[in-house]
Formats: sequence, structure tokens, C-alpha cells
Amino acid sequence: MIILKLILKNALRHKLRTALTMLGIAVAVSAFGLLQTVVQMWYLGVEASAANRLIARHSVSFIFPLPLAYRDRIAKIPGVENVTYANWFGGVYIDKKQFFARMAIDNETFFDVYPELVVPKDQLESFNRERNACIIGEDLVKRYNLKLGDIVPIDGDIYPGKWEFVVRGIYRPRDKMTDPSNMFFHWKYLDEQLKADWPERAGAIGWYVIWISNPSDAPRVSEQVDQLFANSSAETKTETERSFQQGFIASAGAILTAMNFISFVIIGIIMLVLGNTMIMAARERTREFAVMKTLGFKTGHLIGLIGGESLIISAIGSAIGLALTFPITEGFATVLPKGWFPIFHVQTTTLILACAAALLVGLAASLFPIQRAVKTRIVDGLRQLG
Amino acid sequence: MKIPFKYTVRNLLTRRLTTGLTVIGIALVVFVFTAVLMMAEGVRKTLISTGSEENVMILRKSATAEITSIISVEDVNIIKALPHIAQRPDGKPIASGEGVVIVNLNYQKGKGFGNVTVRGVTPEGMTLRPQVKLVQGRMFQWGSREIVIGQSIYKRFEGVTLGEKIKYGGDLWTVVGVMDSDGSGFDSEIWGDVDQLSQAFGRLSAVSIVLLRLDNPGNFDDFKAALTKDIRLQYFDAKREKQFYDEQSEDLAFFIRILGTVVTIIFSAGAMIGAMITMYAAVSNRTVDIGTLRALGFRRRNILWTFFVESIFLALFGGAAGIVIASILQFFSVSMINFTSFTELAFKFAISPGIIFRSFVFAVVMGIFGGFLPAVRASRLNIVNALRST
Amino acid sequence: MAIISIAGVSKSYWRDSLEIPVLRNITFAIAEGEFFGLMGPSGSGKTTLLNLIAGIDRPSDGTITVAGTDVTALSESMLARWRATNIGFVFQFYNLMPVLTAFENVELPLFLTKLSKNERKERAEFALEVVGLGDRIHHYPKQLSGGQEQRVAIARAIVADPTLLVADEPTGDLDKVSAEEILKLLERLNTEFKKTIVMVTHDPRAADKAHVVKHLDKGELS
Repeated sequence: MIILKLILKNALRHKLRTALTMLGIAVAVSAFGLLQTVVQMWYLGVEASAANRLIARHSVSFIFPLPLAYRDRIAKIPGVENVTYANWFGGVYIDKKQFFARMAIDNETFFDVYPELVVPKDQLESFNRERNACIIGEDLVKRYNLKLGDIVPIDGDIYPGKWEFVVRGIYRPRDKMTDPSNMFFHWKYLDEQLKADWPERAGAIGWYVIWISNPSDAPRVSEQVDQLFANSSAETKTETERSFQQGFIASAGAILTAMNFISFVIIGIIMLVLGNTMIMAARERTREFAVMKTLGFKTGHLIGLIGGESLIISAIGSAIGLALTFPITEGFATVLPKGWFPIFHVQTTTLILACAAALLVGLAASLFPIQRAVKTRIVDGLRQLG
Repeated sequence: MKIPFKYTVRNLLTRRLTTGLTVIGIALVVFVFTAVLMMAEGVRKTLISTGSEENVMILRKSATAEITSIISVEDVNIIKALPHIAQRPDGKPIASGEGVVIVNLNYQKGKGFGNVTVRGVTPEGMTLRPQVKLVQGRMFQWGSREIVIGQSIYKRFEGVTLGEKIKYGGDLWTVVGVMDSDGSGFDSEIWGDVDQLSQAFGRLSAVSIVLLRLDNPGNFDDFKAALTKDIRLQYFDAKREKQFYDEQSEDLAFFIRILGTVVTIIFSAGAMIGAMITMYAAVSNRTVDIGTLRALGFRRRNILWTFFVESIFLALFGGAAGIVIASILQFFSVSMINFTSFTELAFKFAISPGIIFRSFVFAVVMGIFGGFLPAVRASRLNIVNALRST
Repeated sequence: MAIISIAGVSKSYWRDSLEIPVLRNITFAIAEGEFFGLMGPSGSGKTTLLNLIAGIDRPSDGTITVAGTDVTALSESMLARWRATNIGFVFQFYNLMPVLTAFENVELPLFLTKLSKNERKERAEFALEVVGLGDRIHHYPKQLSGGQEQRVAIARAIVADPTLLVADEPTGDLDKVSAEEILKLLERLNTEFKKTIVMVTHDPRAADKAHVVKHLDKGELS
């Protein structure tokens, strides 16, 4: 088709300029990809939530503990299949820059409520046999070169003292979005130590995770749990896991807004770069378009020519940009302190969004030159000196 | 520069649309660059201004933030007996054992909830922080369930106007005053009587930190040595208050800077490419000019310089525009979670001469990289061919 | 006295691997104060020869001496300097800088000298007077007619008081009346101001004004 041939030839006319334009678009698309990925990774906790899980925590804030005694009462609520609990342990491993979640959990129920943490049966048994055993995620194995039987020493802060745990299990995340870098040990062990050193803090857990058989029961069960403990010294706030995770994100709102905003600024830059090129190209070819019109080419042909060229440049530039997004994202992940974003990979939605944006820009950038080419009268166009 | 300056400037002004688009592109990149620097600086400034040179913070060694630190009441007394602590007229040490917890408050307009620091203070605590002033209402009464809230809390959250009550610790606490701490971190806190708070939260036997004033800021090392020597205090660490808050801002500032830097570098590549395209176009549009200038006797390097300068000029325009727009952000304050303390922190974008300078340099660098190759091409043109092209 | 000596000059261009000769073994001389015209059909190489004399191109063979200087032996940067003081250019399409005013265009070559701002102003104004454009000096090229533009170009060509004026089809783009004015001006520069002029032209009226006319055909002079 002659139009396609013309498009290609025109794009190749100014090889350097075309190449630079594509590069400019590629760069912008990869920046967009990076930013969007960072935003998405923030929401990962939300994505990893299960519809069947509810989180019950102290209504004042998550730093206040709940009594262990609540457990049995929660379990009796109709619709509740299982109740487990955990304490945020915190502390320092090696130095203050090593981030990963450290939690004391109920070994009997925790892994049932979190089936996405896959632990081999023999390791689970071995974990259950030892007081100070721990189970770590495979990411931690990689990061710190740990293996079964190794000791993990933690310098406690919330729970002061020098703690030592033995690795008896390694879990593999079942889904892409499950955090592979957590560490779990026996709540019983923590409680034991507390009874000895800080007895007034014993018998308390951080939060409850409630497994309900039917997700649509969530609102009812949540309310019932909170009702049970209303007006007590430790009131609860129960919500779906998703909602709980979203609560954390709300506070990072400003940065996320900023990043989203900047993503759009990027789209704007793409438009400028491409638009600039298309305008220059159109200006040069005013006479040519006039000649084509005299030859009988119609408006539709011109639109196809200019729009087509713009789209092709945009498409190729975006393709390169998308390809670049992966190494750039990886590079960024390595620069960040380990553990900030345990999972950091580009999501398909981001890729699609970037493509769509770039193609839209390709069309938008050609509007002005098309309008110019269509509106210029043949006579005026011919008068222009190349 | 043998070729007059006005030649450069007027050429930029002639291709208005193309020049304009390129300038906007550069301005956008510089804007983002500057905004990020301003954000990181804002975080730093807020937190640093929270600390005073004369004050020292005592926390548990392994604690990364105030809320994860625990100091028993006995240990507080041992600390208060250390040397080099400033004294009140009645001889008591100016040291404040404070309990810090987090409570959830709802943002205005239903945007979810945030984590807010509640600090139990003592009268000494007030002395230690002279920058805190009440701008509405009054100070809470010691021994009562009254609280004062920081400016930023007042502005951002609901249910915290004067007279309203917040529920936590099994009781209702009445907001009686709003405090302003001159833009420091305390604007994002709630303060109450430490004894009342400890009672309410069942934490009678411990506080989170001890804040004290040295008799002389120069005695810090001696003070720290005394603390280290005392074996009963082996789990605790002393830091200058300023340093503590500086460290608290590290992670957040680092993240902002890293993300910002990476993004800006990528952007700047885009802007440089934009500038390059524009300059290449300028060169190809002016081949006859170039040929003529060479024929008249201007040298290759004169041509190179003139185009190079044009590109830098373009970048400077863009840079100035970007900086000016970014500086408008100064009037905005942002609030977000500080990763380290896990609580709400409000800060303003802060600009400094250093930031302005760095942004200009950044812009010029973009101009240099974007304009270099086209300028070289211009200088390399063969005179005869250049004159022939029309 | 010969101010320009051309000895055994040849010039070829290369297209891919094909050598295309444009000038073959040209030898001639131009006397000082002469109004020299070079004519020939399209593609005969007359512009090429002009370019060689003016020092903006190099011959493949032979030497060219202008006012005692062997220009073929000069390095590129020396040639630039040499051109600034010795050659005044007049092009068919005027080649004025569109962003500079008439005055600024004429002043332009003087930036290559060590003259002060006031001295430059004096010289430029004088040159513009000579060509009869004293009243248009602050206009931009696009505000001037073709004839006026060419006059500005001529003023630019003489402002540094060069040894030699080189004109490539100076009337090629002008109407009959403007062409006549330009030719009269060139004549005046030659007779009154004693400028040596080498002019390439198609135009028989232009050729008329010249004292000596040579023809170039297929790279050979006759």
C-alpha cells in the first residue's frame, strides 16, 4: 500500500531525528513504567489479601495488645472457621538497616489461615517440636545465606533482650504477591519469656486473624467481634484483610499521589517530544503535501500519512521503552535497601497502561500537523520554499 | 564569542513553537528534580528543627523509633542521677521521662485513618521544648484527661476541634488547646500528662524515652561516657536530640531522594533528547547561515560555540521556569507516614539556595549534553555544501 | 599586475567511487582593479572556480595565488582568517542572516576584526551609505525587497575593505530594474573605489559591465 510505503520512507528520511524521537519516547515510557511499578508494589499488600480473612486489632492503634482470652470467644461466632494470632516482634537483626517482618505466631493455626505460605510437612513438624524454632521465607535464605539449622539472633526492642531462634523451616510463597521474606516463631516462646521477665505483658497478642467460611459474612462477623469487646478495656476494630492493608496505604497517600502525578507529567513530556518532531516534519513538508493534493491525494490520505508516521514512531519508541522498563526496575530494586519492597516486579497492567498511553500520545501529537496540512491551501503550500 | 549574542537569542525567539516546546520539556524535568529536592529538604528541616542542640535523648539501644523503646521507671531515675544534667532552680534535673504511643485518628473528608503520635509529657518536657507555643485554647491541666494537639493534627484530622473528645485507653480525652512548634515534628503530635496516659494504657512501670538538657552542650561526651560506664544502663543509648531526629528522617528522605533521582535521571534523558532534536533541527534550518558565516571568515569553533550556547540558553530558560514553578510548592504542606517512626509527619516543601543552584546546574548539564552533538555537526559542515542547500 | 594567478588548477568530485571532473587544468590571471566576468552553461564549473578563488574550497591540483598569498597552501583556520580580510562575498540569494537587521548584517564581518564598537558602527554606516541604503538600516531582511537585500549584502561584502569582491550570480534572483541598479553599484565599486571584482553570471547585461569575460565549458576556459 502506497501510504504505508510513504510513511516508512518519510520516517526514515531524517533517520537521526526519528531515532532520537523514538529514544525520547522509550525513555519516558520506561520512567512511567518504573513509577507505576513503585505505586503498584505499595498496593501489593492489598492485592495479596484474602477475601476470607478478617483482621481484629486494638481499636486505638495496632501497637496496643489484645488479650489471648479473646480467642475462644471469637471462635464461637457463627461463620468463623479458624482464629489465629500474631505479635509484631520487631527487633534488630545484624543492624538497623535489615528490614523484614518478624512475628510471633500460633504454630497450631497460623499456617492453616495462611495457606499461601507453603511449608514442607516435615519442616513444620520439626518447627513444632522446638520452642525457639523459626520458619523463614526463601527470600531470607537467599539474602542472608541461611539454611536449616542456622541460628538467627535478634536484639529485641519492643521485647528487650538477646533472642536466638533456630531455622527449622523455609516457606515458599504460593502466589506472586505473597511476601517471601517473613520470619515466624512460636508465640508460646515469647510468652514464656515475658512471664519470666515482664509478667504484666504476658498473655497478650498483637492481632487476630479470623478465617470465615463465606466472604460475604465479613461485615456481620466484623461487627459481632467488635460488639463482643465493646466497652471493655481493650476494644477491637475488625475489618477485612484488604481494608486493613488499605489503611496502611492511606497514610502514604501523599507520596503515592505525587508519583501518580509525575507519571502523568511524563506522558506530557512524551507528547512534547513527539509533538515537536511531528511539527518540524510537517513544516518541512508543507510544499510536498500541497503537491500531493494537486496530484489528487485526499485529506484522508494525508491524515493516514501523518497519523501513521506518528503512530509508528510512537509504537516503536514505546516497545523499546517497555523493554527497558524491566532492567531499569531491577536496577532500582537493587539500589533500595533490601526489604523495603520485598516484591518488586512489573505488572501486566502497568505495561498495558504504558502502551495505551504512548499510542494515545502518538495520535494526539499528530493532530496539530494534520490540521495544518489539511487547512493549508494548495497555493500557499506550493509557495513555501522546501 | 565572535558571533554576536543577539544572533543566538533571536534565533531562539524565531522558532517560537519549537523552542517553546523544548523549553517546557526541560522545565518539567527541572520542576520534578527541584520538587523532589524540596520534599527531601522539607522532611529534613521539619525533623531537624524538632531537635535542640542542648537536649539529649535517651532510648533503648536496639530501638529504631521512640515507640519501640522501653525504659523502666527505675532506670529513668538512675538516668536522672547522671552528671551534667541541667537543673531547675529547685535543684531537680531538667529531664522528662515520656511515654509515646500511636493512636488512629480519621482524616477529614473520610480519607481513611492515620497513625498519630501521642506523647505523655512532664512539666520538664515543656521546658525542654521552648519552641512549642499554644496558639488556640490553653494548656492541659496536669492530672486531668485533657490533651493538646499539634497544628497539623488540627488541620488534617476530624473530631479534634477544641472541646471535642477523643476515645482511647478506655476513656475520653478532651482537646483543650492547639500547639504550634514552628513547623517541627511536634505539629503532628498529641500531648498529654504522662502519668495519666500511663495509667490509661496500663503501662505504669515504664516510659519510652527520657529527654534531658545538658548543663552545657559541650559536655555531651562526658555525659555519654558516664552513661556508658554505668552497667545498669547498658541497654540504653544517648544521642543529641538533633541527631536523633536527623536519623529519624534518614529513611524517608533517602527514599524520596532515591526515587526522585532515578526518575529525574530518566526524565532528563528524555529532555536532553528533546533538546537534541530541536538543536539538530536548528542546525539543519540554518545551514545557509552557517555556510555564509564560514565564508565570511568565521571559524569552525565560532560556529560550534554559537550553537552550543544556544542550547545552554534553551536549558537555562527551561531551568528558570521549572525552578520558579517548583518554588510555588513552598506554600503547600504535605503529610505522610514516616517509615521509621511509623507515624504521621507533616512537612512543607522547603527551597534553599543550594537547591536552586543544583537545579540550575542540572538544567545546564542537560543543555550541554543535548546541544553538544548538534553543535559539532554544525561546525563540521562543508562550506560549499552548506551554501548550496536551500 | 596580476592580483590573482591560477595555475594548473583541476577539481574533481567523488560520487560513491566515481570521479567526476569539474575543472581541468585551468590557468589564467586576473589583474588588479579588473572587473572580471566568468560565464558558461549550467554545470560548467564556474561557481566551483569562484569558490576556489575565494578560498572556501580546495583544488584537487594546481595552485591559486591571491595578492601574493598561495591560498592552496593555507590551513583551514588560516584560510578563515584570510577570507575575513581579503574576500567580500555576494551571493545569488543574498544569504543575509534573517534574524539580524540590515545594519547588524553589515556589521557582522567586523566582529572578526579588533575594531571597537564605535568603529564598527562608523564603518557599517558608511558601507550602507555607499550602497544607498542609509535609511533602511534597522529593517530586517524580510522587510526589504530583493534589490535592497542584495545591496545590504554588497555593503556587507565591502565593509571590511577586502582585496577582492567575489560575486556568484548577483543578479540571478532580481527583476530587470533591481538588476540594473546592482550592476551599476558594482561598476561604481570597481571604477570609483578601485575594487577588483570576479563575477560569475548567466546574465548578458551583467557580462556587459565586466571588462574581461571568459567562458567556461566542460571545465575548460576559453
